[in-house]
Amino acid sequence: MEVDEQAGLYVYSDTELDRAEGAAIESLKAHCQQAIPDPDKWLEEELRRNILLTSVDFMLNWARRSSLWPAICFPACCAFELIAANASRFDLSRFGMEILRASPRQADLMITAGTLTWKMAPQVKRIYDQMAEPKWVIAMGACGISGGIFASSYNVVPGYSRIIPVDVYVPGCPPRPEALIYGIRMLHHKISQRHTIEG
Amino acid sequence: MAIKTEPFVINIGPVHPSTHGVFRMRATLDGEVIVDLEPVFGYLHRGIEKLAEERTYTGVIPLTDRLDYIASMSNNLAYVLAVEKLAGIAVPERAEYLRVIMAELQRIAAYLVAIGAFLNECGAFFTPFLYMFREREKIIDLFEMVSGQRLLYNYMRVGGVSQDIPEEFLPALGEFLKQMPRFIDEYDRLLKQNEILLARAKGIGILTKEKAVNCSVSGPVLRASGVKWDIRKADPYSIYDRFEFEIPTGEVGDCYDRYRVRIEEMRQSLRIIEQAMEQIPSGAVKSEVPHLIRPPVGEAYAHIEAPKGELGFYLVSDNSIAPYRCHIRAPSLMNLTALREMVIGWKIQDAIIIFGSIDITVGEVDR
Amino acid sequence: MILSLSGKEVAAQLEQQFPGSIIASSENNFLVKSESLLDIAEYLKSSPELDLDYLNHITAVDYYDYFEVVYQLTSIKHNHSLVLKTRCYGRDNPLVPSVVSLWQGADFQEREIYDLMGISFDGHPNLKRIFLWEGFQGYPLRKDYL
Repeated sequence: MEVDEQAGLYVYSDTELDRAEGAAIESLKAHCQQAIPDPDKWLEEELRRNILLTSVDFMLNWARRSSLWPAICFPACCAFELIAANASRFDLSRFGMEILRASPRQADLMITAGTLTWKMAPQVKRIYDQMAEPKWVIAMGACGISGGIFASSYNVVPGYSRIIPVDVYVPGCPPRPEALIYGIRMLHHKISQRHTIEG
Repeated sequence: MAIKTEPFVINIGPVHPSTHGVFRMRATLDGEVIVDLEPVFGYLHRGIEKLAEERTYTGVIPLTDRLDYIASMSNNLAYVLAVEKLAGIAVPERAEYLRVIMAELQRIAAYLVAIGAFLNECGAFFTPFLYMFREREKIIDLFEMVSGQRLLYNYMRVGGVSQDIPEEFLPALGEFLKQMPRFIDEYDRLLKQNEILLARAKGIGILTKEKAVNCSVSGPVLRASGVKWDIRKADPYSIYDRFEFEIPTGEVGDCYDRYRVRIEEMRQSLRIIEQAMEQIPSGAVKSEVPHLIRPPVGEAYAHIEAPKGELGFYLVSDNSIAPYRCHIRAPSLMNLTALREMVIGWKIQDAIIIFGSIDITVGEVDR
Repeated sequence: MILSLSGKEVAAQLEQQFPGSIIASSENNFLVKSESLLDIAEYLKSSPELDLDYLNHITAVDYYDYFEVVYQLTSIKHNHSLVLKTRCYGRDNPLVPSVVSLWQGADFQEREIYDLMGISFDGHPNLKRIFLWEGFQGYPLRKDYL
């Protein structure tokens, strides 16, 4: 097997790729000037109409919330509290969540653990789009809710709700693993009220 | 029959399962062998240097916590030493001993994460990682007793530390020191002659002495290549010249040597903590400094031996309450300069292991 | 203990080798003209009694009239260190020679200074933005950004 000599050139400086990515980031930044509203309108509607869940809904919701699989999205410091929540002392595996799948197509929960920057934003949006429905997002930490301590910086997105809709907010900097588990229980409660089948 | 091949560019990252964070490598492959590698970062660039210019000197300390978030005590210490050098503030004895104890405990905690993540990438999926997290939780309990926080402590202040230790801290530390050597021996017994670790890490990613010095590499990576350079001995800051400890070095400079250097340094850190615990005096823990510090016009550079390497802060002051310029010499960024040299000629799986053995934290690379 | 070399002594030594290139010197550092930076750096690295082979860091500071680029060098064998400074004027296209050929550790640091301050380095093989994306307008760490 011989290697083509001509093609083994030094391709270290690939500015066309960089420029394409830069254009993608600028367009996303221009597009996302307002926060996406939280997807909880259906909760108020349910309370007003006072609809009871059918037993099929009950089974589906129980199955969905008991084995939420998180997708990997570990930018910064909160990642270490998430890993500590997965580790031996605060065991997330008792909620069925010990699988941290690298592939977003097999995941249904995104726990955003860290500061989001405009350079990273297109990749996070791409991961969110690749997840299959139904999917949920927990914004973890102050940086996930509003930009946190870095909110006035030139490269930081003020909260994940600018680019993806968020279901549960967990405050803290970083939030303790117990706080994260409380947030996950709130999400379980929210899922258990979902009305999947109409009628 | 000769087959014609072409190099192929793939992306490794920025979201990938090894726990080092959002870091991307653009690798040019010929088959499975890496021909060229370009690291791309900036995915966590939060502009800490710019934010530091609009906060007071004490207000920058929480920002420095978030640099290398696995080892916050060391970051705080480096920054506070730089401000004290600039303003000429002296630190009481008890505070110095407390700083040394916290810094060495933090070094052990950071090395536990580094070794755990390295073994994660070697294929021992999560077992040594969970063992090491068990010990790390004990150290985090000690830190929580002192500062109230589990991860980003904000404990050091200009002129000392923020508060004194409670009474139960020193007995708990003594308990920890009694148990820890047994655990380090347990890891060593499991891993030192482990066939898979030897096959995957010995002889991989060799960094020669001259190349390491030329690339401004520091920390365990430099010591594993055979250069005996540790800032605690070469330029002692705080009170490190009162303690006796050794500097382990490697011979070859491959991934296995870096792993060995980290294990040995954990043992030396335990020695330092024992000596500090015996010698600690009583007294004040913070000297009297004004609420808003105004150092005289000038500049100062202070560096320490952080778990990742040489962490330094370069501060320029113009006699106002905020720093005029605060530059952070990040060890992870410097260590990455050598990545391309170490990786060319190996396969992708080796590239992941080499990258894991350098042990970076993206919060520090990107600042 | 790392000995901080006195700027004045080293400046006096260099003045004999490279006349006219030292602008100022003080106890802690000395200032050179940016045109002769590469020659002086090569001399500092290769001379046996100085032997400054380890580059700690390169920084740039924005004083409103000029930019100052600061180099901190250390010798591992002799255990001494030195601070070297140079200045570049003008805010539109400031230019300083690159030291990547001498110390490879300068690679990412010079790219960072180009990215955040806008100072170009002459002779760098790959001078493009490192932390921010291509197409970002402006240089954030300058004092007149935003």
